[in-house]
Amino acid sequence: MNIRRISPFAALLAAGALALAGCQGSDGGSEQSTESGTQSGAAEEPAPSGGVVIANITEPQNPLIPTTTNEVQGGKLVDLLFAGLVYYDADGAAINEVAESIDTEDAQTYTITLQEGWTFSDGSPVTAQCFTDAWSYGANANNAQLNSYFFESIVGYDELQEAVDTGEVDEDGEPILDPVAEPDAKLSGLTVVDDTHFTVTLKQPESDFPLRVGYSAFYPLPLTAFDDIKAFGQNPVGNGPYMFSGPDAWVHEVSVDLVPNPDYKGGRVPQNEGVLFKMYDSPDSAWADLLSGQLDITDLVPDQYLTTFEADLGDRAVNQPAAIFQSFTIPERLAHFDGEEGNLRRKALSHAINREEITDVIFQGTRTPASDFTSPVIDGWSDTLEGADVLAYDEALAKDLWAQADAISPWDGTFKIAYNSDGPHQSWVDAVCNSIKNTLGIEAEGDPYPSFGEMRTAITDRVIETAFRSGWQADYPSLFNFLGPLYGTGAGSNDGDYSSAEVDDLLSQGLNESNVDAAVAAWQQVQAVLLEDLPAIPLWYQNGLGATSEAVGVVPYGWNSVPLYYLASK
Amino acid sequence: MGWYVGRRLLQAIPVFLGATFLLYLMVFLMPGDPVAGLCGDRGCAPAVASALRSQYHLDQPFLVQYLLYVKGLLTGDFGTAYSGRAISEVIATAYPVTVKLALLALAIEAVFGIVAGLIAGLRRGGVFDGTVLVVSLLVIAVPTFVMGFVAQFVIGVKLAWLPTTVGGNQTFTALLMPAFVLAGVSLAYVLRLTRTAVAENASADYVRTATAKGLTRRRVVVVHILRNSLIPVITFIGADLGVLMGGAIVTEGIFAVPGVGNTLYQAILKGEGPTVVSLVTILVIVFIITNLLVDVLYALLDPRIRYV
Repeated sequence: MNIRRISPFAALLAAGALALAGCQGSDGGSEQSTESGTQSGAAEEPAPSGGVVIANITEPQNPLIPTTTNEVQGGKLVDLLFAGLVYYDADGAAINEVAESIDTEDAQTYTITLQEGWTFSDGSPVTAQCFTDAWSYGANANNAQLNSYFFESIVGYDELQEAVDTGEVDEDGEPILDPVAEPDAKLSGLTVVDDTHFTVTLKQPESDFPLRVGYSAFYPLPLTAFDDIKAFGQNPVGNGPYMFSGPDAWVHEVSVDLVPNPDYKGGRVPQNEGVLFKMYDSPDSAWADLLSGQLDITDLVPDQYLTTFEADLGDRAVNQPAAIFQSFTIPERLAHFDGEEGNLRRKALSHAINREEITDVIFQGTRTPASDFTSPVIDGWSDTLEGADVLAYDEALAKDLWAQADAISPWDGTFKIAYNSDGPHQSWVDAVCNSIKNTLGIEAEGDPYPSFGEMRTAITDRVIETAFRSGWQADYPSLFNFLGPLYGTGAGSNDGDYSSAEVDDLLSQGLNESNVDAAVAAWQQVQAVLLEDLPAIPLWYQNGLGATSEAVGVVPYGWNSVPLYYLASK
Repeated sequence: MGWYVGRRLLQAIPVFLGATFLLYLMVFLMPGDPVAGLCGDRGCAPAVASALRSQYHLDQPFLVQYLLYVKGLLTGDFGTAYSGRAISEVIATAYPVTVKLALLALAIEAVFGIVAGLIAGLRRGGVFDGTVLVVSLLVIAVPTFVMGFVAQFVIGVKLAWLPTTVGGNQTFTALLMPAFVLAGVSLAYVLRLTRTAVAENASADYVRTATAKGLTRRRVVVVHILRNSLIPVITFIGADLGVLMGGAIVTEGIFAVPGVGNTLYQAILKGEGPTVVSLVTILVIVFIITNLLVDVLYALLDPRIRYV
């Protein structure tokens, strides 16, 4: 997904990540002792006790079908209700859940072996067909599943998405398409061998496929789900660590009540007696409930508490990088920004930006200065990459590099960064420009576009004549997801038209590795090249925010900035 | 009287049709593609987007969409929200909460507003009158969300007298604080309206006559002064019920009340035409009925008014 998601909303909804898991055990004792104090402080309605953790959510936007749940709130539920082939731990590493093993020799054909004995909460077994049918259902255009694009690298996806243009357009000028595939057509790249084995054939080698299958689109469905998928979406039956407490578990606009699933066999063992999700549309009401002990986990922090909540709550406050990377891109085609001169100027600009000060002052510490092109929550991230010092604020070096570039061709004009003024960008763009102006002594200013759409149109039509803000939020925890779509030659989101044979080679070398660690090594080398070429100038990672009650103490966050609810206990 | 009520109810039919039509048109004209919003920024696969459009009739021209909607309404089918829930179910869960909250707020503003207004009006220029005027001015001047947050923080969090939010706990105690906050501004207006009307009537000739006749003070105040002073107040309160039901978005947000305001707001953000239109149409019906009730109440308060 691209930068649109990086809105203040996403900032609030998304939340932090890095592993707090290490702190969990050591803090256990103090949590226990404070529990009774919180409960007596509650209002006349006694805070529910008995180890049920209360967490915030908003009404899910879609039915709770894994292949169509594409937003954070529904994802909170779906991730607890279902177990996929792998799950992601607090470090973003993929750990086998239903899968016994995922084997491949060429990174293109995968043989997946399932563990024996898994069942859905209705008692039916989790077989290979439960996976393949669910994936085919998600990929088939007739079913209009929002996560269908997750299956695009599997052979047979194009056939399921093929549609004839009826030649008509609707009121908005969108073409009306008729899906060609039969409603029950399956992905041809999936083959069921027996109940516990199936194979997946991809269109091309993609070594990070095993990292991807922990995303909710890849969860299995009981075969009975397809009989009445509409009813299933309201009352899902899964194989995850939790299940609905009963037919009335989901009280729309009010709450969702989850209890541990006794048949769950994976590694995400619930440490509590249930999770009660209460729905809040405003961060303030959730915060009031947190303070009065009626809510245990919130991933919403009201703006007015941003400066104080960490001091007030200590280690119960969460403010840590999320899988959201922010930068600005200077296309090579701009005057003064190609070749040797362009490279010197990019480095000078990068050295001229005081990231520490801007994240502190403008963002009140809710951003973390970047040290690479990915995110700290991704397995394989490093803050000591070769060449990462180009991101350090260094006034003298910046001036020196700029002067070297001026020697090649003198600078004229104003340096501009385009942004959309319907998002909260003006303050940081102005701060970055001021930092550049004060350090390099050149004119620098923001260039606002009225809406995100208009800015994107100018960027994709390649008519933009300035630098522009850019960024990326990962769909699954893989370094490649931050690099391939953005910096590969001709890649879909390579808006600066960056092209480097070295980067392309390393990217595809990584994709062809049959071993994920070797792939990570190749992608780290990609980053070393990027830090030299600076196709985008890394700024910071957006942080996930949140807070927990005294009763539950510290709760680790997952790579996607969603609390790991199953680890909360009280 | 029966004829009058019947005629008014018949008039409601074109109002209803016109309102749904206009509302549907407005939602239809809203910028942005609801399907694009559904898929986030990555965008739906083209075939998926097209399938979604046909599922929600978004590929049809406006009039066809509207007629399909009205056809559904006549068969009792309000349509399906993007979340897969039947809209009739959305209405059935959202309205009872809002009705409870609005009626509680209405009772608060009527009782407190009229009583305080009456006392202030009878003792015009006194200490009570002065205090009440200043306080009501403050209440009108301070935005609702400020009152909401302050009340929530002080009464809910610090003193822990009342629950901070409502959510699934829709009891009288839980709804009390949001109802007071919601009623605040209207209460101030009711109070001021009553006070002015009472003060005016208290010096009217018929009141002097009534007192001269030797009626008790109590009878003079309740039957002669108050009854006549209530006409403008009833108009205000009647129109206010609709406002309280539809305009509670801020209060519902602060106190996490799962009512119409919140549901409507979310539906507008998602461009979910049928949900918006259905919710607002019911609000329109509420307005029509309360207005009728107010008109009927006039006749009871003032015998000079007769409906034929």
